Amino acid sequence: MTALNVDTPAVPKRQPPRLMLAEPIMTMRGISKSFGDVKALGGVDVTVYPGEVLGIVGESGSGKSTLLRMMNLEDTPDTGSYNLVLPGHQDRNLFDLDRFERRMLRAHHIGIVYQNPHLGLLMNHTSSGNVAERLLIAGNRNFAELRERARQSLAASEFPTERMDATPCELSGGMQQRVQLAKAIALEPAVLLLDEPTTGLDVSVQALVLDTLKRLQRDRAITMVLVSHDLGVIRTMADRVMVMRRGLVVEQGLADQIFQDPQHAYTQQLVHAEL
Amino acid sequence: MKLQELTKPWAAFNYGFLDESAKRELRRRILKAIAIPGCQVPYASREVPMARGWGTGGLQVTLTLLKPASVVKVIDQGADDSVNASSIRKFFGRVGGVVETEDTGKATIVQSRHRIPEEKLREDQVLVLQVPNPEPLRPVQPDISIARDMHGDADYGQLWLVLYEQLVKSGRIMQGAEYPSLVNGRYVITPSPIPRWDVPKLNQADHLTILSAGREKRLYAVPPYTKVEPLVFDDVPYRVEDHHDKTCYRSNVTGYFVNELPQEDGSSAYELSDSHFGIKHIRKAEGEPVEIGDTWYKNGRMTDDRA
Repeated sequence: MTALNVDTPAVPKRQPPRLMLAEPIMTMRGISKSFGDVKALGGVDVTVYPGEVLGIVGESGSGKSTLLRMMNLEDTPDTGSYNLVLPGHQDRNLFDLDRFERRMLRAHHIGIVYQNPHLGLLMNHTSSGNVAERLLIAGNRNFAELRERARQSLAASEFPTERMDATPCELSGGMQQRVQLAKAIALEPAVLLLDEPTTGLDVSVQALVLDTLKRLQRDRAITMVLVSHDLGVIRTMADRVMVMRRGLVVEQGLADQIFQDPQHAYTQQLVHAEL
Repeated sequence: MKLQELTKPWAAFNYGFLDESAKRELRRRILKAIAIPGCQVPYASREVPMARGWGTGGLQVTLTLLKPASVVKVIDQGADDSVNASSIRKFFGRVGGVVETEDTGKATIVQSRHRIPEEKLREDQVLVLQVPNPEPLRPVQPDISIARDMHGDADYGQLWLVLYEQLVKSGRIMQGAEYPSLVNGRYVITPSPIPRWDVPKLNQADHLTILSAGREKRLYAVPPYTKVEPLVFDDVPYRVEDHHDKTCYRSNVTGYFVNELPQEDGSSAYELSDSHFGIKHIRKAEGEPVEIGDTWYKNGRMTDDRA
């Protein structure tokens, strides 16, 4: 009988968190942007993995919205590169795309919800029309199908579909955000960008919108980048957190790490201020 | 050599009213517009003895195309005898020495406001449409620079959205005139405020159509045998005005585009919008030897296979 090998096998190396195993879906490297003498972004790197929610937090003027505009290809940096893992766009710096390619990429693969619904919605068109616009840009030309897909998208955003033909002007702030959300997810985007989506809403409506976002993220595994100055929102939603200050990333890590054991003095200040 | 031999005798105005440099510029712009069907080409709209908004764009294009052998017809919403139409026609006769006509078949140049004649135009004829607002994107994008980018990107989603909203709110397309149409699969144009009835006449037509807006200083063209498709959803067909059963009370002709004339008793009478087309029918009925050309519509239905 062969003697048992009493040597204890090596303890398997601790696995990194599941999210880190996947190839990133979005990579930004060395993003810098100045507006005159003001340096809005000073060489920021961002990595986003499929299915995760990356929270970007920081004070006003820290550069988080500027960074989000870059992600939505609305603006170009002074330096830096941007890659999204999409068919036909591998290893391509998206900042090199021309205006038409950017528009098509935005229309098909990136969804965005703005803090101000006036930026994301056509206020004199119906809510279903706002969602349909995105489908129309993508080339859908069947009226019945447009209606049905708009209805489905609004329902997924927990918008009361009996009001789908009301204009956003006739809706509350929370409802307007749901229409924006429905518009953003209508084409199943690769990445959903959320720019302070609950700012300005009262706490109960805020909770409902966050619930909707969480459910969408759970059911559809949508990759999200959430920008907020509200740590409560970030704590509720984010898997990973990136803390920005004065155009730089001062700390990033898993949400629990950041909130329970902040390392950087600014992060500590933020967390303690929230508590 | 004397100075007199080198110069032309003094004249009150140049042939065709416009100076030669203006005509040269317009001809170049027209050629560019023909080369890129539906693309709006800017031009330096000149002052003409008529107020902006009364057809100065069409007037300048027609003046540029005039030659002594031209035969010109001018119509205003289908009528040859309106003050505007007859004044412009007389002006052409005076400054170009051209033959004036009211007969579509005899004209070499047809300048029109808001209508295309019912009789088919031929390859040797040019239709000049007066356009008040050449920009189809104006209702959805007031910024001209952004609208130009949208044309560059063929970004017409918002025009479709306008039609979507009309269907949602009214159950049908409410766009009575200026129906946005895709030319040659590339540029969307507003085909001037011609009714929906007339838009299919532009598709694969034998004639050249030039649309010119003097106030907006832009022109565009639909060359002969070019595809012109009104924007329509796959499941909502394009519909023209339902005039197939309307009979003109003057000419007793049925199945063409008519004007409605409300009567004192609350009923309506109808008369042909294309006035000279009606006159031809009346004369023919009275036994005159009148030649009536082939028409795009027959009994209110588009008959041309190409349309």
